[in-house]
Amino acid sequence: MEEQLKQLQDEAVMKAAAAQDLKELNDVRVAYLGKKGPVTEVLKGMGRLSAEERPKMGALVNVVREAITKAIETKQVSLESEAIQKQLAEESIDVTLPGRPVKLGGPHPLTRVTEEIEDLFIGMGYTVAEGPEVEQDYYNFEALNLPKGHPARDMQDTFYLTPELLMRTHTSPVQVRTMLKHEGKGPVKIICPGKVYRRDSDDATHSHQFNQIEGLVVGENIRMSDLKGTLDAFAKKMFGPDREIRLRPSFFPFTEPSVEVDVSCMCGGKGCSICKGTGWIEVLGAGMVHPNVLEMAGFDSTVYSGFAFGMGQERIAMLKYGVDDIRHFYTNDLRFLQQFSVHE
Amino acid sequence: MFVSYKWLSQYVDIADQTPEELAEKITRAGIEVEGVEMPAAQMKGIVVGYVKSREQHPNADKLSKCLVDVGEEEPVQIICGAKNVDAGQYVAVARTGAVLPGNFKIKRAKLRGEESNGMICSLSELGIESRLNPKEYAEGIFNFPNDVTPGEDALAALNRDDAILELSLTPNRSDALSMMGVAYEVAAILGRDVKLPEPNPNEAGEPASEAIQIRIDAPEDNPLYIARVVKNVKIGPSPLWMQTLLMNAGVRPHNNVVDITNYVLMEYGQPLHAFDLDRIRTGEIVVRRAEEGEKFVTLDDAERTLSADQLVITNGKEAVALAGVMGGANSEVNDHTVNVLIESAYFDGQIVRNASKAHGLRSEASARFEKGVDPSRVQAACDRAAELMAEYAGGTVLSGRVVAGEYAPEPKKVSITLDRLNTRLGTELQMGGVEDIFSRLKFETETKNDEITVTVPTRRGDITIPEDLTEEVARLYGYDHIPLTLPEGESLPGGLSPYQLGRRVVRRYLEGAGFNQAVTYSLTSEKRAAQFALEVREPVALAMPMSEERAYLRESLLPHLVEAAAYNSARQMGSVALYETGSIYLNEGKNVQPKEEERLAGIITGIWQEHLWQGEKKAADFFTVKGVIEGAAARLGLTDRLSFQKATPEGFHPGRTAAVLFDEQPVGVIGQLHPSLAKEVDLKEAYLFELKLDVLLNAARVDLAYTPIPRFPSISRDIALVVDSTVEAALLETIIKEAGGSLLTNIHVFDVYEGDRMEAGKKSVAFALTYVNPDKTLTDDEVTAVHEKVLAALKEKANAELRA
Repeated sequence: MEEQLKQLQDEAVMKAAAAQDLKELNDVRVAYLGKKGPVTEVLKGMGRLSAEERPKMGALVNVVREAITKAIETKQVSLESEAIQKQLAEESIDVTLPGRPVKLGGPHPLTRVTEEIEDLFIGMGYTVAEGPEVEQDYYNFEALNLPKGHPARDMQDTFYLTPELLMRTHTSPVQVRTMLKHEGKGPVKIICPGKVYRRDSDDATHSHQFNQIEGLVVGENIRMSDLKGTLDAFAKKMFGPDREIRLRPSFFPFTEPSVEVDVSCMCGGKGCSICKGTGWIEVLGAGMVHPNVLEMAGFDSTVYSGFAFGMGQERIAMLKYGVDDIRHFYTNDLRFLQQFSVHE
Repeated sequence: MFVSYKWLSQYVDIADQTPEELAEKITRAGIEVEGVEMPAAQMKGIVVGYVKSREQHPNADKLSKCLVDVGEEEPVQIICGAKNVDAGQYVAVARTGAVLPGNFKIKRAKLRGEESNGMICSLSELGIESRLNPKEYAEGIFNFPNDVTPGEDALAALNRDDAILELSLTPNRSDALSMMGVAYEVAAILGRDVKLPEPNPNEAGEPASEAIQIRIDAPEDNPLYIARVVKNVKIGPSPLWMQTLLMNAGVRPHNNVVDITNYVLMEYGQPLHAFDLDRIRTGEIVVRRAEEGEKFVTLDDAERTLSADQLVITNGKEAVALAGVMGGANSEVNDHTVNVLIESAYFDGQIVRNASKAHGLRSEASARFEKGVDPSRVQAACDRAAELMAEYAGGTVLSGRVVAGEYAPEPKKVSITLDRLNTRLGTELQMGGVEDIFSRLKFETETKNDEITVTVPTRRGDITIPEDLTEEVARLYGYDHIPLTLPEGESLPGGLSPYQLGRRVVRRYLEGAGFNQAVTYSLTSEKRAAQFALEVREPVALAMPMSEERAYLRESLLPHLVEAAAYNSARQMGSVALYETGSIYLNEGKNVQPKEEERLAGIITGIWQEHLWQGEKKAADFFTVKGVIEGAAARLGLTDRLSFQKATPEGFHPGRTAAVLFDEQPVGVIGQLHPSLAKEVDLKEAYLFELKLDVLLNAARVDLAYTPIPRFPSISRDIALVVDSTVEAALLETIIKEAGGSLLTNIHVFDVYEGDRMEAGKKSVAFALTYVNPDKTLTDDEVTAVHEKVLAALKEKANAELRA
């Protein structure tokens, strides 16, 4: 019997080792250790043994069973490992193939510029004011010191709907409306972005529709130097810390004094095609709010003063991104728009 | 305004300033110099020549063979193609080796077998635009009128060695529309004196008032009219220096009398007109308003029909000039003119603008009157012209002026305190410095304590209020010297309004979902104005559109988005996803501001998602757009308030379009572009949406508050229902929701089937239902009870059966 067990053990261990896969191995387990297997049979036959032989035999059976179990487990680990290796090998992929695309859209470059400027001034304590694009002559011109027949109206060729209604030629009427809402009490600190319209034939540098962003600060003792400091901060944040600004006297009916504001060119003054060799790029119009404008908007011009500035997003975008034709902004060619999906 | 450096140097010492330096200083002080042209810099080797002989070229009909003395021992032979070349002329010769504008080099050449050693030049070959050439030389070579010497520098003789500064003048600086005005500006910048002409014509003969009488019948339009009479003039060319300076200033020379009026116009900024006194016939000048419909032939031989808002100069019977704009053909100076009447007047800007606008006649004269001339120069300019006519047209100036009206406005006085000046500018100027600036401007000042009072000369009509003084100080003190500061006082928190923030959220959402933002035009054609509009009204029209394409205000963003998609599709970019936020305009009646509503619209067409090497391709469809809209609503916290209802608006596919409702009110549309419209623009299946963004953003106010995560497991049940094909999923969903009560937390369609395995006219819709009780673990029995209720309700309200 002892010998029979030994033989069983050898046989089982050999078969376990020879198993080709987990199923064969399981068959070995069932064959030798199952309820109907020979080891169990031996245990069942123990009843016929004498009392002295029974514990001895029991111990021997356990040894055999453990030996077989161990052989099977060892084989199982190795077979499982093989199986996983095989699976992994089969599952191998070419990681250089392209990934599944995630659709990427993006903002229009004019929106990018607008929001960038908005955020920059919000950081300096400004709020964003908006207003209608179809305006009354009064808000667009008269309240801005441009009475009917004023020669400076020629500077802005206007789309009229009726003699009293027009497509706004600048976002300044929003400034007027905001000041009126303040009922003569400062401070006012706003920027006004939006679409504006002029009677221009569309070409590489003109567009009958374009965008403007204007700023207005009204308070007690607002100085020209405050305008200069504000625009200097703007230029440095928008175009880079090395940039400087230069004010040149100019004329707008709604400001006095009025200035054009140049920003130093990125060529650093060496002269390039963008600044046409001057080292400076014209970017803004600005000035101290004309007392007539303050008074018409309900502010006492002996107590209050203010500054205002305005710029065109198209121009800024053209400078910033090197766009050479203003019509690109309105053609909506995806090959153009998609270039602005990238985070800067 | 073109300013000749040579001419300017007559009035102010600029010898130590190069033209470029001067230009930069003028620009920085307030008048932009757009360019500095130095014609001679592009040319060399051009001398005066004397044509000693001319004969026909032996081998060419149109060429002449000339022997030209160029100041050397031997004359040179030059072949010339100009018709007007002849012996005895003094001409400009580009010698062999010379360079003409455009880097055109003159070489020795053989023309039809004859040697040519240079070229005889026309004025346009010397860089003077042909529209400025005197008429007799416009078609051929130029002849020097005065004594010149062969061999001398022709460019100097022609004032081509001048520098011409092009000023770009803002409307307030019409004072710089004259050489004297520019001289004052330059003198102020450089801190120098101005030397002005002091005209004092030699008078002779009878008083001018015997030759002409003047009456003004419209004194408001013409407060002052001064005339002088010059008799026995000899019409001929004006001196070369005058002709060339005029050309440098952009004025075409004609004859001595006309050139003198133009010269004085440029010098003083006071427009003058020269009449042929004898052609006035009546010996009388009457200034009056034109009659409505009055006919008048201007000196350009065009017949004009006048109206009562225009002013005419008449001889008492008929018009002889359109005041301030153009003279008449009937009284124009011509080659036979002997006696001249010089008109120097002050005309109101508006009356001149009326006429120049009505007849499209913008002249050097009208431009100046429109902006307002200096009343103090009216008389001096008249005297100056008379003096020059005596000198250069050989005339006799009759004694005295004939004056009608009176206009001598007092110079304005404007005051400002030093304190206000400094607080407006942010500077710390002293009174002495401020006084110095005004003295450079030649303004008289008076200082009392802290206040300075400036007497503003009439030439500077733009200065009327204290702020104007601030500007004069700032620009001459220099903006570079103003410090950099930031506004002081109360600091305000900046920021976007909730509405503006919401707009950005929607934009970022759509961009994240794969849309590119488009910006299209607000102005459109009549046909497109109301196309796809959620609310159609009579479109708002422009009064004077520039084109039919941009004549109306849009009522929908969609037409131009369709156009943009078609544009891309036609350029091999067939997969398009564009959105736009912008205003549309709704007519509220004539003379009422249209209602502007902010809309969100988009278009998708072509492939929505693809992964090529895995063979995955998903075309955009209705549900792509719907999913995008639902996502936007979810982002704004409006999911439960949005619903969709089948709709058939114009322009859309009638079976694939829905009205979008918000709180049961229409708020937009989504659907397929009608295939026949898509075909028109060569688009494949395209899906559109437009939403009232303003309504959604004004409603989107989410107060975020945490809801506890359920601690107990949920139980899911799937049901497949058989219903009539016409039953909409939304109806079933509503029934399920109502019957499911609070335990039913989620419901979604996971399968729809209609086909062979279904009875005709029936479809199967399968829902997955999720039940949760936040307070305890649900039992199967509890769920079954609710579920039975759901099934019963479906059976009752939608005749829905469980699919076998």
